[in-house]
Amino acid sequence: MNARTKVGWWVGGLLVVVYCMFPVAWILSLSLKAPSDLDNGSFLPSAVTWQNYELILTGSASELFLPALRNSVGICLIATAVAVVLAALCAYAVARLDFPGKAFVLGLSLAVSMFPVISIVTPLFNIWRAIGLFDTWAGLVIPYLSITLPLSIWTLTAFFREIPWEMEQAAQVDGATTAQAFRKVIVPLAGPGVATTAIIAFFLAWNDFVYGISLTSTEAARPVPAALAFFTGASQFEEPTGAISAAAVIVTIPVVVLVLLFQRQIVAGLTQGAVKG
Amino acid sequence: MTATTSTAPPRTPRRPHRSDRARQEARLGLWLCAPAILVLVAVVGYPILQAVWDSLFSYKLTNPDARHFVGLGNFLLVLSDPIWWQALGVTVLITVVTVAVELVLGFALALVMNNALGTLRPALRTAILIPYAIITVVSAFAFRFMFDLTSGFINVWLPFVPDDVDWFASFGTAMTVVALSEIWKTTPFISLLLLSGLAQVPGELQEAAKVDGATWWQRMRRVTIPNMKAAIMVALLFRTLDAFRIFDNIFIMTNGAAGTESVAFLAYRQTIQRLEIGIGSAVSVLLTIAVALIALMFVKGFKVNLAASTRAGR
Repeated sequence: MNARTKVGWWVGGLLVVVYCMFPVAWILSLSLKAPSDLDNGSFLPSAVTWQNYELILTGSASELFLPALRNSVGICLIATAVAVVLAALCAYAVARLDFPGKAFVLGLSLAVSMFPVISIVTPLFNIWRAIGLFDTWAGLVIPYLSITLPLSIWTLTAFFREIPWEMEQAAQVDGATTAQAFRKVIVPLAGPGVATTAIIAFFLAWNDFVYGISLTSTEAARPVPAALAFFTGASQFEEPTGAISAAAVIVTIPVVVLVLLFQRQIVAGLTQGAVKG
Repeated sequence: MTATTSTAPPRTPRRPHRSDRARQEARLGLWLCAPAILVLVAVVGYPILQAVWDSLFSYKLTNPDARHFVGLGNFLLVLSDPIWWQALGVTVLITVVTVAVELVLGFALALVMNNALGTLRPALRTAILIPYAIITVVSAFAFRFMFDLTSGFINVWLPFVPDDVDWFASFGTAMTVVALSEIWKTTPFISLLLLSGLAQVPGELQEAAKVDGATWWQRMRRVTIPNMKAAIMVALLFRTLDAFRIFDNIFIMTNGAAGTESVAFLAYRQTIQRLEIGIGSAVSVLLTIAVALIALMFVKGFKVNLAASTRAGR
């Protein structure tokens, strides 16, 4: 590769980074603007202020934001954990055992993952109101499984197919007990795949808006994305732009941290799950 | 299953014994899959049947006692209403435009990632995951505020746009911003799928074409793209179905104003806002049918063989 092409790919790479970071940088900059500064027509604030963060963490908007943050974290963690456990059993069977209906299992989870979420919301809205699950954590965890479970089955199956399972027998031949073989051989081999699947499933649940806005009505269960749509300004003539931006930055931080720590595994999980299946 | 291959050749008296073990293995497999499958059926299968059932009734939550059977009446009502066709048109338009742009842009991103050197490579992989991992609602707000009349800077930056243009007031401009946000958020996913497709193109083929004097464009068209057809089709399928259920961006940016309502948004508005369970269910069922038809079209028409791609990964 000659020097000119090299420089070309570097410039291309930098453009990609700018493309990816631009809206994120903008919402961060917006969250640091004072209300009087919002209409300055410029990308950057004229003076940095933390008052939007004070507003949502301790001020008047905190009653809306903090419960929503708690709901989002709790509901998404539960929905992820349940999905990964169920999917691990299922994916182990699909990857390792021979039984009829394997194709059905993968086909069903693929079909469910492509399903329009809104089509489940309509009946759930009605059923949940009748049986008292409307506006509760359980009322969101259950439908969230429709998002997290199919993806987990699909991704974990791909990961489990790559594991050299013979090593388990090898360890047992070498004198390890079944428990030791599982703990010392299988867990380290399967662990990264399970962790990656959990992260991707968590992203999907964290991203949900349709269920969150349709199946909740108060801060008892409303997750952050839905709560953002209910933010109001200090007066009815004031747009809650600053508060929304600050909240958006806060819910973006965990995502960015996970991406920074696990980027290699996440890429493997995303592409294996989709292309290789 | 090395044990079975090392025993005597097939069709020995031992066979029933083997099938016994096979049966046991099959039973274990079914038991392990059962919980996940039951949950999937309960969480998705049951509600969708309920939606089909509800769609056959005239049923408003504001007046539940007046619920009565109307057969396919709700479907006739929806299909004869221009609002449905407008929503369908918006959905098809946004799907076609965003997926087409994403495919081209995603391919460019994949090429850059594939050719990036040294330290830039992990940095790119991290950067490209950010849009994927960001909440759609957050990206929708970012783009809305960017183009907003008071908080935005786009009108100031773009020299050919007057400063007082309200992007969300008219159909064309509002759709443009919605599409931009959708494209920004989902192109990285496509580009990652395409990147893994690029990695599967045999390097010797590239070299051979190069030696034979093929130009960059010829190699791209004759070697690279045909060899990653499977990855391209899978990416297209995933993204088309995903784009077809667009909801979040439209909700945050226009709330369906200026004729930008999508099918998913229409279903939401009928059910959750107007409490018209019957009509909302009919729209939901129609959306499901549309999605199923698109999937069928890909699998049958374009011969996307998801099972084969499954086996290719062993």
